Amino acid sequence: MIRNKTLGSRVFDIGNIILLGILVIFCFYPIWYTLCVSISNKAAANAGLVTFYPIGFSIEPYKEILGDKLFLNSFWISTQRTVIGTIFSLLITVLMAYPLSRSNREFKARNIFMWILVFCMLFNGGLIPWYLTIQRYHLINNIWALILGGGVPVFNVILVMNFFRNVPRDIEEAAAIDGAGPWRILFQIFIPVSIPVLATIALFISVYHWNEFFNGLVLMNTADKYPLTTYIQQLVVNIPTGSNLTPDQYKKLSLLSNRTLNAAKVFIAMLPMLIVYPFLQKYFVTGIMIGSVKE
Amino acid sequence: MNKNGIQKHYYLMLVPGMIWIIMFSIVPMFGIVMAFENFNPGLGMFHSQWVGLENFKYLFQLNDSKSVLINTLIIAVGKMVLNLLVPLVFALLLNEIISIRYKKFVQTFVYLPHFLSWVIMATIVLGIFGYSGVINTFIQMFGGHPRLFMAEPGIFRQLIIGTDVWKEFGYNAVIFLAALTTINPSLYEAAGIDGAGRWKSTLHITLPAIATTVVLLGVLSLGNVLNAGFDQVYNLYNPIVYSTGDILDTWVYRLGLQNLQYSLATAAGLLKSVVSFVLIVISYSLSYKFADYTVF
Repeated sequence: MIRNKTLGSRVFDIGNIILLGILVIFCFYPIWYTLCVSISNKAAANAGLVTFYPIGFSIEPYKEILGDKLFLNSFWISTQRTVIGTIFSLLITVLMAYPLSRSNREFKARNIFMWILVFCMLFNGGLIPWYLTIQRYHLINNIWALILGGGVPVFNVILVMNFFRNVPRDIEEAAAIDGAGPWRILFQIFIPVSIPVLATIALFISVYHWNEFFNGLVLMNTADKYPLTTYIQQLVVNIPTGSNLTPDQYKKLSLLSNRTLNAAKVFIAMLPMLIVYPFLQKYFVTGIMIGSVKE
Repeated sequence: MNKNGIQKHYYLMLVPGMIWIIMFSIVPMFGIVMAFENFNPGLGMFHSQWVGLENFKYLFQLNDSKSVLINTLIIAVGKMVLNLLVPLVFALLLNEIISIRYKKFVQTFVYLPHFLSWVIMATIVLGIFGYSGVINTFIQMFGGHPRLFMAEPGIFRQLIIGTDVWKEFGYNAVIFLAALTTINPSLYEAAGIDGAGRWKSTLHITLPAIATTVVLLGVLSLGNVLNAGFDQVYNLYNPIVYSTGDILDTWVYRLGLQNLQYSLATAAGLLKSVVSFVLIVISYSLSYKFADYTVF
């Protein structure tokens, strides 16, 4: 790009660099702020004096958390949910995407299944029927409610399906001539060539399972069954619900919390996300673009 | 293997997914019947009294329903507009950065908040806007009186829309940034030779080149008109700001699962589902017609 560097242009460049730098600070601030509060002196943090840097230094909250059975338990539940949920969703996504990526001639019922899937993606029965159905299955307080409750990730199925459609035909035709059946073609040809897409989707599903709190809140009855985000929602965010709450009461409630301990819990909940983020960043841009790939 | 033999395997592959979808998506749809009944959990769906459209009539007579609908629309539309414009401006500004390393550096950080749960983000928003939060610390430093931001109905919607843009603008810019890379650099060179500055080039080359993407994303977001964002509002609101902050989803949640008004909550949920469904179908067919874009 050839650009004449006028004075105005240079002023703009500098202003632009500074502005984007401020946005970077804005977006990193949530993590930095949480870390600062969690390692600060308790009194300073509770008084709200921690803003851009830690005041004092203490790892007391982290020590306390190591002895908090309920917290460790919810961390373990979230881990199980994320691992099992991701493997399960990924497997089913692939198994559905492959037959649906076939043409109408190869798989006659393809369009019927496609319409069912799309309809289920765009329309739902709403919160109450969904809740009562899961209750009827006796899955309340069961970790499988968390794994299955969100339903089939139809959008992911469509993503993988679109990718499978673009796999060159000659490879699979050659395999078919050699006598490979549909299962072998799927597992030995399609899956190996789609690793980047499948990695993207696996990361998206695990982020969903790690972050999701609402299903944990309504489908789990007791605190010892809560996933981590629900635990934090209940004990840290803890919105008052009384209908005659006054601003004064709200103020008092908000001053009660133990800020350093809460921040340490929140920071630990962020950690797995921060660890996978470099991988996530490598893949999700391609993931989003595949979503918009046309036939 | 003959053709029918292969088809059998295709069906087999679909079985686990179909069982999942039937159990957790299709079976719940039959529960919609409750919206037309005076549902009594003791009697069950088949024996509860049929009341036709009574629940819907009652919904519209409730005092809350009007304000809930207005709040939902204002918050949702505010988010739709700003989540389109802010990322667009951000992408254009980022596109003007010459250093590729600085570009990558900025991108690494702005995508981050999108991947944090609203539960986590809420603890930070409360830490900033709370009574002894960061902003009040500064207000006091300059001799002002601390305010209880989270309990002021007058600013709650703005707070919700603003914090959502904060969390999502980077991620929402990804598609714009991708569209910007497809513009042919020789266009800018030609414009430069013709004496066009950066502003003129942006106006006459960049914007027209990504206009389709902008319109397309705008149209596709149409289905969110009743989606004000449950996770966010639920983690930030409180009874003091119900008048401006209560949205359809939070209202349905309290009505149904806290006050156990199953039939009313199902009716309200059904209205939302139907309206959203119609809007999505319209937006998909519009984007197919004008941009030749197919989702599936």
